[in-house]
Amino acid sequence: MVPEVEFTSYYGRAIVKPPPWGDLIASYLFLGGVAGGSGLLAFGAQLTGRKLLCRNARLGAIAAVSIGGAALVADLGRPDRFYNMLRTIKPTSPMSIGSWILTAYSGGMGVAAVSEIDRLTRNRLPLGPFRGLLSFAEPVGGAVAAAFGPPLAAYTAVLLSDTANPTWNAAHRDLPFVFVSSASLAASGLAMVTTPTRETRPARVLAVIGVAGDLIGTRWMERRMDPVAAEPLHQGRPGTLLRWSERLAAAGGFGALLLGGHRLPAALAGIALLGASACTRFGILEAGINSAKDPRYTIEPQRRRLEERRAAGITDDSITTVG
Amino acid sequence: MANADCIVLQGGNMAEAHPVGFQWVAEAKARGAKVIHVDPRFTRTSAVADKHIAIRVGSDVALLGALINHVLTHDLWFRDYVLAYTNAARLVSADFRDTEDLGGLFSGFDPETGTYDNTTWAYDEGSDDTLQDPRTVFQILKRHYARYTPELVQQVCGISEADFIYLADAVTGNSGRERTTCWAYATGWTQHTFGAQFIRTAAVLQLLLGNVGRPGSGIMALRGHASIQGSTDIPTLFNLFPGYLPMPVAGRHDTLDAYLAAVGNTQQKGFWANADTYFVSLMKAYFGDAATAENDWYFDRLPRLTGPHSTYETAMAMIDDQVEGYFVLGQNPAVGSANGKLQREAMRHLKWLVVRDLSLIESATWWQDSPEVLSGEVRTEDIETEVFFLPAATHVEKAGSFTQTQRLLQWRHQAVQPPGECQSELDFFLELGQRIRSLVADSGDERDRPLLDMTWDYPDDETGNPDPQAVLREINGYRTGEHGQRELVSGFGELKADGSTSSGCWIYAGVFAGDENKAARRVPGGGAGVSQSQWGWAWPADRRILYNRASADPDGKPWSDRKKYIWWDEEQQRWVGDDVPDFPVDRAPHSRPDPALGGPAALGGDDPFIMQSDGKGWLFAPSGLVDGPLPTHFEPQESPVRNLLYPQQQSPARVIYPREDNLDAPSAGEQGADVFPFVFTTYRLTEHHTAGGMSRWLPYLSELQPEMFCEVSPQLAAERGLVNEGWATIVSPRAVIEAKVLVTERMTPLTIDGRTVHQIGLPYHWGVGNEALVTGDAANDLIGVTLDPNVLIQESKVGSCDIVAGRRPRGAAAEALLASYNERAGVTVQTDNQRITDPPAELHDPAPGDDRDQEGWTRW
Amino acid sequence: MVNSWNPVRGGWAHELSGPTDPATDSGWTEHEARRGFFTDTSICIGCKACEVACKEWNRNPRDGDLELTGWSYDNTQGLGASTWRHVAFIEQDAARVEQARESGRRLVDLGMPRIGAPTADAPVDRTPPDTAEFRWLMASDVCKHCTHAGCLDVCPTGALFRTEFGSVVVQPDVCNGCGTCVAGCPFGVIERRSDGTAAPTTREGERKGEQPKVPRRGVAQKCTLCYDRLVDGQTPACAKTCPTTSIKFGEHAELVAAARDRVRELHEQGMPEARLYGANELDGVGGTGSVFLLLDEPEVYGLPPDPRVPTADLQVMFRRAGFAAAGMVAAAVVAFVGGGR
Repeated sequence: MVPEVEFTSYYGRAIVKPPPWGDLIASYLFLGGVAGGSGLLAFGAQLTGRKLLCRNARLGAIAAVSIGGAALVADLGRPDRFYNMLRTIKPTSPMSIGSWILTAYSGGMGVAAVSEIDRLTRNRLPLGPFRGLLSFAEPVGGAVAAAFGPPLAAYTAVLLSDTANPTWNAAHRDLPFVFVSSASLAASGLAMVTTPTRETRPARVLAVIGVAGDLIGTRWMERRMDPVAAEPLHQGRPGTLLRWSERLAAAGGFGALLLGGHRLPAALAGIALLGASACTRFGILEAGINSAKDPRYTIEPQRRRLEERRAAGITDDSITTVG
Repeated sequence: MANADCIVLQGGNMAEAHPVGFQWVAEAKARGAKVIHVDPRFTRTSAVADKHIAIRVGSDVALLGALINHVLTHDLWFRDYVLAYTNAARLVSADFRDTEDLGGLFSGFDPETGTYDNTTWAYDEGSDDTLQDPRTVFQILKRHYARYTPELVQQVCGISEADFIYLADAVTGNSGRERTTCWAYATGWTQHTFGAQFIRTAAVLQLLLGNVGRPGSGIMALRGHASIQGSTDIPTLFNLFPGYLPMPVAGRHDTLDAYLAAVGNTQQKGFWANADTYFVSLMKAYFGDAATAENDWYFDRLPRLTGPHSTYETAMAMIDDQVEGYFVLGQNPAVGSANGKLQREAMRHLKWLVVRDLSLIESATWWQDSPEVLSGEVRTEDIETEVFFLPAATHVEKAGSFTQTQRLLQWRHQAVQPPGECQSELDFFLELGQRIRSLVADSGDERDRPLLDMTWDYPDDETGNPDPQAVLREINGYRTGEHGQRELVSGFGELKADGSTSSGCWIYAGVFAGDENKAARRVPGGGAGVSQSQWGWAWPADRRILYNRASADPDGKPWSDRKKYIWWDEEQQRWVGDDVPDFPVDRAPHSRPDPALGGPAALGGDDPFIMQSDGKGWLFAPSGLVDGPLPTHFEPQESPVRNLLYPQQQSPARVIYPREDNLDAPSAGEQGADVFPFVFTTYRLTEHHTAGGMSRWLPYLSELQPEMFCEVSPQLAAERGLVNEGWATIVSPRAVIEAKVLVTERMTPLTIDGRTVHQIGLPYHWGVGNEALVTGDAANDLIGVTLDPNVLIQESKVGSCDIVAGRRPRGAAAEALLASYNERAGVTVQTDNQRITDPPAELHDPAPGDDRDQEGWTRW
Repeated sequence: MVNSWNPVRGGWAHELSGPTDPATDSGWTEHEARRGFFTDTSICIGCKACEVACKEWNRNPRDGDLELTGWSYDNTQGLGASTWRHVAFIEQDAARVEQARESGRRLVDLGMPRIGAPTADAPVDRTPPDTAEFRWLMASDVCKHCTHAGCLDVCPTGALFRTEFGSVVVQPDVCNGCGTCVAGCPFGVIERRSDGTAAPTTREGERKGEQPKVPRRGVAQKCTLCYDRLVDGQTPACAKTCPTTSIKFGEHAELVAAARDRVRELHEQGMPEARLYGANELDGVGGTGSVFLLLDEPEVYGLPPDPRVPTADLQVMFRRAGFAAAGMVAAAVVAFVGGGR
């Protein structure tokens, strides 16, 4: 039961501002996750000799990270200055850390992907003297992408949570688990779509683990959030998206578990999983944006925690003082 | 003001309309002063005051009169001050009849002309220092205000007895030897049919409490523009010369002697007796060598007044096709003058119109986008007026001085050159004068002589523009030295009537003494002294507090240590203190010169009011005001309330214009009064400047108050179905306008004489047009033209109206709505324009058996 | 004074929460005394001169669509990319006034930290102010220049920086408009500037409904504490223009002391509703550079009641993200190793 907190505001005007982030950023969250998970799958495939899985995961990853990166740049207020993201390394800024992760990941995956494309096109890429280096660089690139894949999948959760946004911030402990789960199931889903079943068993296992993590993680996250701050996750379009995310994830998970050995059902399950992840990302992003538009989501949880601290005898840390 | 112990802000909205000056109120409050705001609305001033008292607009004389009565009946007046420094003990003519006798008229009223003959208001010989004689000013005052009681205040003003007592206690508790109370007013007092009397009431009260001429005392006139004080000192008024010298009137002032005798005869006490030196010096400044003793210093060639030529008279003369051309400078009559429709009609009759302004204001564009053109009532192609727009420089694009409410001249340096063809006023008028003079240079017509004789020789400064400091030097004045050289005078005392001195404005003499522009002094904080004397320059003679002799007791000692300001130094045999003494500096407190000496020499050591003919503060004004010697409560021209004090409803001497284009709503008691049941009042907001010419073109100001709105109480909103942010249509007998609605508890319905009176607030900044960033209907279109007879200001603070929800009709439908209202109310040109409300009751003397001098006597 | 900045300390290792001197913490080895505002809303007359002076000096574009909001006299609504000072207007009836007083009394009863002994010598008038049946609150809001600034912490490009005065400033030529700072501010101050105004029509900037081209479009914008004026020893434009000294500018420590005195004075005058906002270095943002005296709860003015800089939890977040990433790796290992072929 949510305890009643008396609620006043300035003509209903929001207190915190929503960041100027829309579908482009939600797409990036999704594609970054796909890329992060695919980096791991590709590396696993690389080590275990699943060539098709390796190729497809790499190509999927490079496509995802390219489109995602482009979306990220397009969303900037001044896209012409995107390179300033690498102007400094700033540990307090998840966006800065993320930019470096994205850069490192893209570098590694780029090398690996170029190798794949070169192979596909029978050495027709104009690589010149660099082709010789590729045989050495390709496995390293794959390893680098794998190393930066999970951070790539996880940092976006910190990016959202490390804000004053009521819903995202309230989710800060558990959102990374939801996001890596979502990334895992999405990347697995992509693999199930692109790759024959004989090579996708690890992907299917990862999908099932991802689905489990996603479903459990989301519920666990919501339970630990302030109930008012969690409300936007259930209302309006984000609510619908997140409900569909759950359904699609469950469907995709069962599909992967039970019918993953069959090409068509596996592909359908993969699509469901990709859809689930997309719904999660769009849903979480929009829920946060919505939570910033209504002062209630800022004021009520803050009032409550303030009252709780005061009730517990902590009275020296309020921003409001009498002297 | 910072020195006051209590500040009453009434008839003004200081924090909003005078925010910079309000710093002194804030400072006084920080020092512990009580601040009370008496206003129809709860404004931003009320928000930081200790108390807001809601009053029915226009009823201030009743409240102030009741304070006077309270002070007199509870013996709270400052006896030593009143006895020594006011005319309380003077006897008044036995023929004088009060409003208590004549139902709202004083003796001497001519119902035909609506004017008073003030012969019966004159002093009689002698005085009674015991104040017991029924003919003393003191006893007359007492009788006059005897019925102005707290109960009456409750009925007339809507102020509860508790609030009245609060105000009375605050004011009287903060007056006397140790403490002072200050009053401040603005157009909430002046813009009424008897506005001058509002201020007089406060003056009487402040004199009774000893609150004149002392630190933190007085009555501050809050001026609405940076230099509106300057524009009365060196006036843009039809009936004054610089320094408050009147314009001569044809028939009355046909000779210089007759004129000077009327301004200030040499037998009377005080400094007006020297009017000849001021006038002759002014003529020398105007006409130089052409002003000679032989031609009475050019007096003969001066134009004479033949009647009132106020802005409203002039507009009506335009409608009668008696005026061909019009210069509109620094004003926006299409939006900012009362009865906007009449103003615009007047301009349509002109042959030519010159508008000099910063932007294309509505007064320059009415021929294509006025409400009348938009409604189809008038077609642009039918308008024959030729309109010229000349761009003007702003205050930062030119140097010059501002004179503010404390009579302080502050120099303003030029920050940037004016862009394009924009010109300063100085540049424009100098050039205009030169061009006109060149046109008549060869004229032999005597009529053109003054134009050619005028001194018109201002040098350029280093930027190639006319030097404004040369103008200030001319205003300061020169003395012709032994060898014919010009030397700047150091004060008005040096001016002579023999043609050896010149001065463009005698009260400003000294501002350039020693060839230093004293208006440009800018020592931070004004220097160490309490009078801040090193900031700018105050007229006259750099005196920061007028009549400051009154800050010491009759013996010349400070009334108290706390309020010490100017005092008599026995050793030096001089007045000394924190300011320039506003008194003959060596006149000992107990000196009693022969009054026959006349002029300053006749001033006694206890005559602080050195501009008055008897040196005293006037509780009763035997002359000077045309509508009565004592302030009396009347209702506004239009009022849904009957005058509860007298049969006479409105001020009988008000200036009325019964015309079809200037109709009034029936007042209480008349048929149709309920058609316009609500009272509206108009005002300014901090965010805009008057008619908007300086603010509605600026994005940073326009965004702060983007739309015309009206303010209504939740009760009125409920009654009329008005919703916040919605639209309302407001109808007066003159116009129909629309406004957005702000429903606010800042507006309070008042219970007046047993019924609820709703007041509606209307800011007047917006106008209809296409050029400004923000536009809207103009509140001034609702207002009629009825004037105060003393100063010819319009009654724009109060009127009657109706309000309904929704937008106004467009086109001809608006006219039809207006016509239907007026028909329902039975409005004619006679409505509210009867001079005497109840002739049988008012136009005869009391019965012979009545003992008029008995306490509490009244016929009403 | 020589200004020097230690990029390593400034960039890497500063405190994320708790009391600190922000300029030192950002790596300035030598710096000016911390500057800030004390906005005493009890003497604000709502003239909005601060809003206008700010826009004039900083050449910020007009906001909004030139329509009446119906929010009392507030037509600019709040702080944003183009409005860096904003005056709030709140009309309250007697019941609300009593609530505010009650909440003020509660604060006192909580034994909140007060510094300095109660003065005995000041004349004490405990009668409550007279206009209690209604009041009209006005308050000029501004960037808080937090000790721990969320916007600054999360900025990826270094466009936002801590000045030698302890204030937080955007370098508009560095910012790429990523918008992270917008989400990072617990007070909703900083914003990315869009076109920011009503639709312009024909002759841009000269005719009705128009204004000059909007500068700095697409980058984050907020109050700079008039950094460009400060470096020349000038007072920020808003404080300079304030006619009633409601906005005071000066050294932060002195302002906080003055603010405490003022609260005490108002309490002694029978106004228990007076309280400070941002003067506590133990609060969620380490105290603010802009301190306010309020006469009601913060949310009444549109201020958050318990703001907390998000980066205070950054270590937790990165740790949890690390666990999550590790979990993802573990899941992949399980998938490949445990899953068989």
